This record gives sequence, structure tokens and C-alpha cells, in this order.
Amino acid sequence: MTITLNKITKVVAGQTHIKPTSLTFQTGHFNVLLGETGAGKTSLIKLMAGLDPIAAGTIEMDGQDVTKLSTQKRNISLVHQFFVNYPHMTVFDNIASPLKVAGMAKSEIQGRVEEAADILQLRPMLHRRPHELSGGQQQRTALARAIAKESRAVFLDEPLANLDYKLREELREQLPELFAGRGAVVVYATSEPEEALLLGGSTALMDDGNVAQFGPTAEIYRKPQTLTAAKVFSDPPINVAKVTKMGSTLIMGNSARWDSAKMKDAPDGDYQIAVRPHHVTPKPSPANTVKLNGRVLVTELSGSESSAHFAMPDADWVSLSHGVHPYQVGEDHPFYLDPSACMLFAEDGQVVAGGAV
Amino acid sequence: MKTQNQKAWFFVLPVLLLVAFNALIPMMTVVNYSVQETFGNNVFFWHGVGWFEDLLNSERFHAALGRQILFTTIILLIEIPLGIVIALAMPRKGIWVPVCLVLMALPMLIPWNVVGAMWNIFTLPDIGLLGYLMNTTLGIDYDMTQDPFAAWVTIVTMDVWHWTSLVVLLCYAGLVSIPDAYYQAAKIDGASSWSVFRYIQLPKMKQVLTIAILLRFMDSFNIYTEVFVMTGGGPGNSTTFLSIDLVKIALGQFDLGPAAAMSLIYFAITLLVSWLFYTLMTKDDGK
Repeated sequence: MTITLNKITKVVAGQTHIKPTSLTFQTGHFNVLLGETGAGKTSLIKLMAGLDPIAAGTIEMDGQDVTKLSTQKRNISLVHQFFVNYPHMTVFDNIASPLKVAGMAKSEIQGRVEEAADILQLRPMLHRRPHELSGGQQQRTALARAIAKESRAVFLDEPLANLDYKLREELREQLPELFAGRGAVVVYATSEPEEALLLGGSTALMDDGNVAQFGPTAEIYRKPQTLTAAKVFSDPPINVAKVTKMGSTLIMGNSARWDSAKMKDAPDGDYQIAVRPHHVTPKPSPANTVKLNGRVLVTELSGSESSAHFAMPDADWVSLSHGVHPYQVGEDHPFYLDPSACMLFAEDGQVVAGGAV
Repeated sequence: MKTQNQKAWFFVLPVLLLVAFNALIPMMTVVNYSVQETFGNNVFFWHGVGWFEDLLNSERFHAALGRQILFTTIILLIEIPLGIVIALAMPRKGIWVPVCLVLMALPMLIPWNVVGAMWNIFTLPDIGLLGYLMNTTLGIDYDMTQDPFAAWVTIVTMDVWHWTSLVVLLCYAGLVSIPDAYYQAAKIDGASSWSVFRYIQLPKMKQVLTIAILLRFMDSFNIYTEVFVMTGGGPGNSTTFLSIDLVKIALGQFDLGPAAAMSLIYFAITLLVSWLFYTLMTKDDGK
């Protein structure tokens, strides 16, 4: 089972919401759509679900052109960020609703619903109504409906965003197992880079209605093709600075210069470097050798990690390091950069060299 | 330590007074009349349940009650489904929404006796738009002052015109409160438009429909003004509904006792049927 998008676009009132997009989603692993709110994740899902009209392009499922097929006939499931269950029906009837509509025999419905309910631990709640369930149970009901239906494609649109932290972790661990071996293409939209990394599979980085990059998750995390892709796939935000390259030397403002062997093939000139916050540390190490001077703006301690926002000539940078590190807000503090982790982008944003570890 | 005082009664008092003056005292007056006989001069004699016995055995009452039940049944059977269909057909967004809403609300804004007068003139065979059209242009014999069937058709049509809007507006309010997500979920489930109606729209409209049915039942069961103006209960007794009969007895003949007894029975029937409707339609809600 595959879903193939062929240069699909979405235009609303003269404005292009989704620019020509071509992607192929495979079964067997999670396909993650990663991007900020407003990047077009939900729009893309709605196009694939047939809920919104496509301005141009085609959508194929298993080689069959479904562009003109109504939502009802596409055989898909969709789980929203907010919990959509029919309020007047019991959990059982909610899970059974697509099966009933399909005219399935009662005994088979019973079996499928109970199987899905067992997987999602909803067995004791089957006769309750949605308003008698907790948020996590409501979302599990919506997931159970998607599983029981055994559709060709399952779209999960930030399904964990409205759940509290613990439930989110728990369900996120379960999700890949739930859909493993079911043969459906799973498309999962999220705004959290960490979630994309945890769910693995392949990821499409979305930005402003564009797909910035698409490929195996780990690969595009390590080797972003554009500065935009690097920015989308980094939380806290990736650090960016202007540099000038002369021979094998990179010069960053007045503050730092270092030799970079792996970038020596690129022509001399102005570039941008990007480096993820955990490659910038408050103490030197064998890897973190390039010293930067910054003024500490904000500090955050989160258990075992310390982060500091500090002012650099072009922009504010973030350092994320293990251990508890006492910063004084306002003080000038040295930070140490790992030059091998720097990615070099041309001024138009295309990657020139590098790739974080 | 719990201190007790009787202050709470003062808070209840205003409501008690209000209910007393607008319901209890008038009601007790009627009860009082219903068990007495009078020959005028404010002299009353105890008559027990005599008036009730007479009334329940009276053919005139049976006939009026029969006409009333038939009328209300027809009204509910037409106005409720028609109201739902119109509400479903109305646009949910765009510039036509206020236009439709105002058009729908118009008939309800007209005073009831004016509605009666309007339809009376509308149906006059010689000068009324409808009457003239039917008789002269189409050649169909139509005169509601002569033909009981024509009178019924006219009154039912008038009531449908006058009150279907209420059902429409209530249902429409129920429909627009359904979030888009439910329609999307239904589409994804593969639901046909009938399933969407049956499993999403109808359940969402259930509460407003309960109100609509109750209001339309009570109103049509108590209909008086329009019919009084249009036919006065005629031709013959063919459109003499309970309320019209009641007024004839109470004010035409000034039989206070029988009229009071009839009022109470009338009231009891309306109350009982309303309670039945309400109980039946809300019995699943507590689960």
C-alpha cells in the first residue's frame, strides 16, 4: 500500500495554501509530517482525505487515481487533535460506526470492536459515552475506531497534542505497535521534532505550504538539504550565524575563527552556519574547541539539562548542555562550539557541507 | 454548631406570590366554578362532580375533542418533518443566511387575529387572491364557508404557513451547533447523507425537536384566534375545536359551571399529553 501525491496544490480564495507537493508514503513505518502550526500539515492531510478540494495535481493510492473519489469511498481513517467521538453513542457504537455504515455482519463487528478495544484497553468502557471518559480514553476511542476499520490509510493529525504529558508518552510508545503489520499507510502530523525522531520512519519537513525535505527521519535530521529544513527539524531552535570563508578558515564576525577541513572544497565567500544547541556548551571539551563570547540573556534548568540563551552579533543563540550549570543573567560567558557539528549553507539556504552528528 | 432560622422563606416568598397570582388563584377560581351551579346574582349551589359527568358523557364534547386531536395530529405530522427538511435545506453560511432567517421569522411576527383576517380575505371566492384563483381561473369549487373539507384544508394550510417557521428555526439552531469535525468524521466513516442525518443531525436536534414538538402540540391543541376569525367554528360545527366550543359555552351561553369543568379537563389533557411527549422523548438522556 502506498499513497502518492503528484504535484498537488491547494488554493483558497486566490491564496496558495499548499504549493505543488509530490510525496510517496509507504506502509510499514510511520510517515511523519513535521512543521510548525500553519505549515500546512492539516491542509495536506485534508487533501489526502478528500475533505478539501485539490486545485491541481493527482493523488494515487496503490496506483489507483483517487483524486476525484469522495472521502466516503477512499477507505481511510482520521484521528484529530481534539477528540471527535459521536457524543450520543457509547464507546462500542463509536468504534463500530464505520463498520455499521459499511454494512458488516453483527458478529464480525462485535469481534473487530472488541479486538480494537482490547488493544487500547477500552474493554471496561465499551458501554460508556464519550463525556464519561477522560481525554486519554476519548482519544483511545478515536484510535480504536481507526484500527477497527482496517482502512487503507490512517491519518493522525497531532493526536497527542491535547493529552497531558504522561499519557502522551505512553500513547506515543504504543502507536507504532498499534499500526504495525496492519498494512495501512500511517501519516502522522506533529509540530514537535522530538516526536518525529521518536516515531522514526520517514519524515516530511513542512514549512509555509512547502515540503522542505522528505526522507528517512534520521537521515534528514543529520543531513538537512536546506537551512529551512534544518530550522524545522530543531527544537530548541537551531543557531544560525553569518560566516566568511577564506581557504579552509571560517570567520564569524569579530568573535571567532576556526579551520574546517571538511568545508575546504567550497569556494570562498559568505555563508551561513547552523549548529544545534547541544553542540554549543559552556565548557571546552576535545570536540568543543571554538570559543564564542556571549552575554547570557535567559537561563533554564530542566532537571539534568541546562540551557542558556545568549546574545551573538547576528542573533541570539542557545546552548543546551548536560548537568547543572550556574549562569548569571547579564554576565559575559564563554561558550564552546563543536566545529565538526556545524552545517554550512549558501546564502540562498542550500546546503554546502556538513551534517550534524 | 448549626444555627437554624427561617430566613430562607423570605427568599421563596416572591416566587410564591407570583405563582399564586398568575396560576394558583385563577386556577382555584375555575375549580370553584366547576363544582357549583349558579342562576345569577352571585348565588351558587354545590353541584359536586355533576358537570364533569355531564361533559364526559356529552357527544358535543366528544366531537370537539375528536376534531381537536385530528387537527393537532395533522399539524404535527406536517410541520415537524417539513420544518426539519427546510432547516436542512437552509444555507449554513454566507449572505443568504440572514435573508432566510428573516423570511422564516416573518409569519410568526404577525398578530394571530391579523393572520386569521388575512387568510379570511385571501380565500374569499369573489375577491380573495386564492379564492378567485381556485374558483374562476382553475375552475375548482372552493369556498371554505360552505365546504367543511375546504375549511379544514385552509386552516391546516394557514397553521403550517404560520408556525412551521418555529420548527425550522429551532432545528436550524440545533444544526448550526454541530461542529464541522462531526461531518468530516462521518464522511471518513463512509456515511451516506441519510446516515449523517440519522446518526449526527437528528441526535443533535433531539433536544430542540422536543421543545418544538411540545410547543407545536400545546399551541395547536389550544388553537383559537385564527380559527375564530376565519370560520368561527363553521361551516356547521366542522371546525369547532375545544377552545372555540369552550368560549361558546362560557361567554356565549354563560354556563360557568360546565365551562369551568371543560377548562379543567382541557387543561388536564394538554398537561398529560405534554408530559407524555416529554417523558418519552427524554427517557434516554439520563443514561
